[in-house]
Amino acid sequence: MRWRPRLAEGTAPVLVVLALLLVALAFAGSAYSEPAGYLALLKRAAPLVILAIGQYFVIVSGGFDLSVGSLVTAEVVIAARLIDGDDANTAWVIALLLGFGILVGLVNGLITTRLLVPSFIVTLGMLLVLDGAVFLWSGGAPRGALSPSFRVFGRGGVDVPVLGQVPWSVIILLVVLIAAVLFMRGGTGRTLVAVGDNENAVRLAGGRVEALRLLAFVLSGVLAALAAILLAGFAGVSAQVGQGLEFRAITAVVLGGVLLGGGRGSVVAAAAGALSLEALFSLLNLLGVPAALESAVQGVIIIAAVAYANLGGRLRLRKPSPSVP
Amino acid sequence: MTVSLEGITKSFLGVPVLRGVDLELRAGEVHALVGGNGAGKSTLLKVLAGVHRPDSGRIVVGDKEKTFAAPRDAQAAGIAIIHQEFNLLENRTVAENVFLGREPVRRGQVDRRAMRAETAKLLDWLGEDGIDPAVEVARLSVARKQVVEIVKALSTEATVLAMDEPTAALADHEVELLYDLVRRLRERGIAILYVSHRMREVFDLSQRITVLKDGAFVVCSATEDLTSDQLVRHMVGRPLDALYPERPAEVGEVRLSLRGAGNARVRDLSFDIRAGEIVGLAGLQGSGRSAIARAIWGVEPFTTGVMELDGAPVRVTRPRAAVRKGIGYVTEDRKGEGLALRQSVRDNALLVRRAALRGAVSRRSGDLAALLKSVAVVSRGQHQEVRYLSGGNQQKVVLGKWLAVRPRVLIVDEPTRGIDVGAKQAVYRLLRDLAADGVAILMISSELPELIGMSDRILVMHDGAIAGELPAGASEEAVMGLATGHAIGDVA
Repeated sequence: MRWRPRLAEGTAPVLVVLALLLVALAFAGSAYSEPAGYLALLKRAAPLVILAIGQYFVIVSGGFDLSVGSLVTAEVVIAARLIDGDDANTAWVIALLLGFGILVGLVNGLITTRLLVPSFIVTLGMLLVLDGAVFLWSGGAPRGALSPSFRVFGRGGVDVPVLGQVPWSVIILLVVLIAAVLFMRGGTGRTLVAVGDNENAVRLAGGRVEALRLLAFVLSGVLAALAAILLAGFAGVSAQVGQGLEFRAITAVVLGGVLLGGGRGSVVAAAAGALSLEALFSLLNLLGVPAALESAVQGVIIIAAVAYANLGGRLRLRKPSPSVP
Repeated sequence: MTVSLEGITKSFLGVPVLRGVDLELRAGEVHALVGGNGAGKSTLLKVLAGVHRPDSGRIVVGDKEKTFAAPRDAQAAGIAIIHQEFNLLENRTVAENVFLGREPVRRGQVDRRAMRAETAKLLDWLGEDGIDPAVEVARLSVARKQVVEIVKALSTEATVLAMDEPTAALADHEVELLYDLVRRLRERGIAILYVSHRMREVFDLSQRITVLKDGAFVVCSATEDLTSDQLVRHMVGRPLDALYPERPAEVGEVRLSLRGAGNARVRDLSFDIRAGEIVGLAGLQGSGRSAIARAIWGVEPFTTGVMELDGAPVRVTRPRAAVRKGIGYVTEDRKGEGLALRQSVRDNALLVRRAALRGAVSRRSGDLAALLKSVAVVSRGQHQEVRYLSGGNQQKVVLGKWLAVRPRVLIVDEPTRGIDVGAKQAVYRLLRDLAADGVAILMISSELPELIGMSDRILVMHDGAIAGELPAGASEEAVMGLATGHAIGDVA
């Protein structure tokens, strides 16, 4: 009997991929010869990693959330307009943004669980609704501006001995990740995964399947709001800021070995998937590959990752059920 | 035509699963293959079906040696497998399922009429003309779905039919029909490999028996030369103690009580189950046995009458409410409703506790280890996914899931379906121990010997109502009499 580290099934490959990419980065660019380079990478990756964590909750419980990209855009446009450059507005607008994320998650989740519309369709609809609303409200060019105290979360940092300046976004990311890991280790998290595996079994065990699904969408929504706050600070205001992020987050989760359709995968692996994706883009950038190819690369990755997961699953099934007398 | 497997070996990742197994299937003969879980029966079946290629050994069909590289090679050689779990498309008709992938074509169109006619002919030949070839499979009973599977195999001109636990999903009267069917198939010169855990079937039906144990060939003998004691000894390597545990001398207070309870499927149910008591619930499929369980459990709640738990009236309209009131339900559909197969032993064992009673109980892992030990789950550890476990061990995990919340009432629906005789005994003992701890147990089973051996009293259902009650140790005839509505029971 071989000893195996306690990783959720399908987690190991992404960790290997991530390690390889990080090493490759060190060779490809001088910026990565010291911790600051990697901290900058983490800072860039933070919004995507947070989105991927949110997407993970939905995917592992058996759904999809396609609305997060548009939600990010909507949040950023709303933030600029309501803050209008005034620091006094920062606090309540942040609260409102998080509230809006929860609201969108609630709507997605309630329609999915009560009206029994597949989440793929619900969140696709939500994507279009948010897109249209943003366009109507902003006329295509966002008005207003963010305040310096708002932007600090995306671009500022705190001084830490040894590491130098650690970006706020990295700290926020770590807090989110640790909270997500603790949540997934607890009873509610484990039951959420079981919902993605076999919701009948959970329902007959007395579980609240609908409530858990709803919770996944709400978490995805609120984390999208958080990602939007970081992204706005980092990248500034535009009406395209969230474009395509939903697919990038899904790619990240799939790259993390999380099974589409739910029931298997770890949140750390999903986060590692997002970080790998960002590291890959950084690497391609350093190697002089045009940024225009990014989406093509992403397309190849998502197909390859799912193919690998499915083939891998079949290979695993050929293993003998251990002969137990 | 004779099919022989000679000296078949097969390993997975270095673990030998078959170690030199011989098996000869002759036309017009029923050959039983028996062995505990993990004995290698399934793997041998898959070798025969062309799913797995053996590492060594020969497959001889007629007088030619064959290599099965894929299932279609086995099919071309006239070998068909009837799996325990059916491969049917629920939303298509019987005829469409029978001809799936081989639809007759006429002028570029699927010839539905020919398909239905041919299916009807085969059904007729089987004496199953009650099945309409044009009806959707989803609307058929489990027994009839099995017939469709067999017809599907016959339509490919199979001459060798391997049946994996064919009675696992059937009720007793349906088993008789299957017996007839198997005998007819044999008379028509078909070679049948009959894989079963059930001694009675093996002795009733087979002409020869092959026993496997831990992947090795133990014995092949003419059925008439074996006694069931000898056979069990061959399977387990040691004589079994008494299969069913002792009944207790006395039972406790009334735990669960129904008075005139009913819903759309069952009516006028009045009975008590006491702490420490195992009450058997017999009846033919569709008689409302499982409907009672699902009503008590809140899946399809009672609409009339009263249900009392420990003397207090309760209304249970959802499984969640049932769990929180201390009612557990071991479903008959282990894979569909009992387990989350990709989750670990640990996560499944804790599922009820976490899903329904969050925060109400301590969560120390020491408890869990003790629990898993008490149900005697054999696994590679708490973190192994349950789909890799044998059926018997999976069932123990399901039981563990309920033990973890210490129910007051436990309903078990076909608790030993598809598990081997050793695991069955473990489940029986576990249920008896639970009862001794004061749990009131309602046990549903299609296996009459088991129901009679385990129950302190037996309630017999017929057509949605209780036809009568029989004391412990009642005869199978008495139970069947009530279940089929042919006799008036001595209602207690």
